[in-house]
Amino acid sequence: MTANEQEIMHELSIAMSIVELAQEESERRGVQVSAVHLKLGELSGVVKEALLGSFEMACEDTPLEGARLVIEELPVLIFCATCQAQRPISSVQLFCCAECGTPSGDVVQGKELEVVALEIEEWDRSLV
Amino acid sequence: MGSQPRLIEVRKNVLKQNDVTARALREQFRAAGVFVVSLVSSPGSGKTMFLEKTLTLLRKNHRVAALVGDLATENDAVRLARSQAPVKQITTGTLCHLEAAMVQNALQGWDLNELDFLFIENVGNLVCPSSYDLGEKLRLVLISVTEGEDKPLKYPTIFNSADVAVVTKMDLAEAVEFDWQSAYGNIQAVRPGMLVFKLSAKSGEGMDDYLDFLKQRLNESRMAEVIN
Repeated sequence: MTANEQEIMHELSIAMSIVELAQEESERRGVQVSAVHLKLGELSGVVKEALLGSFEMACEDTPLEGARLVIEELPVLIFCATCQAQRPISSVQLFCCAECGTPSGDVVQGKELEVVALEIEEWDRSLV
Repeated sequence: MGSQPRLIEVRKNVLKQNDVTARALREQFRAAGVFVVSLVSSPGSGKTMFLEKTLTLLRKNHRVAALVGDLATENDAVRLARSQAPVKQITTGTLCHLEAAMVQNALQGWDLNELDFLFIENVGNLVCPSSYDLGEKLRLVLISVTEGEDKPLKYPTIFNSADVAVVTKMDLAEAVEFDWQSAYGNIQAVRPGMLVFKLSAKSGEGMDDYLDFLKQRLNESRMAEVIN
């Protein structure tokens, strides 16, 4: 197995968890999900493009078939001791405050892998 | 047609199931007083050799055991059994990483109260394991001198999910013209303040510092337990 195949495997299992989670919510609330909104941190270990492709596959033959995955990418933010504030970093290869250059490993944003909302179509409850 | 799309807030961690299991494991480890260390690295970084040496040396004065994740073979478990420590293989099949539930299953039948250290060797992979908490107290990321100094820059995510970096195969450093300063600088660039050990499991160079560190961390966590 190549590193690339491994990554896709990884995203597929994540996509299946997303579908499962959305399906649970949809059943619990009696709604049809048309889109899943996801927050994806830059340090989540998940690649956006691979996840989008995997999501489509994971939705097949489930009530979510045809649903969209809307991904909001979250850049890394660190707490900068010099600025005493949350700041972006120079790059993921250089964890320094983008404003003043102080190194910081205090990551406050960027590890998210979180379903934040579902776009739904409500079923006609009178028929239930 | 009257159905209008509507947005409902959910806010759920996708890996919640894994996180819940990992939290339960962490609590179980804490209650049993066992210090749990996980190892992540690329394939071929010398992880198994490093773990074999770690187990052999620690076994002199401590009770140690290991779980080893591997895609298909049981070779690693066979090699590690030479250390005489209890070793269990977790064959992941096509799965590229360990998950907390796999650790939980593998631990069935083991009395954690009988252990000082438990090591969990993840599948050789610097990408996927970063997203999965295994309930460990300490995560070590290994890179060998033969992999090049820029590995941290290529995999900043795994370095950010780990607590300590270990540079292995230092006995080969000269032969491959390994630039320690550059490697150390790259680790610090992606994870400022990260503790780094350099060692050779083969020659034994640097092993004492690293083992002393583990013993110190074990003592600290037990002290913290007593105080609480």
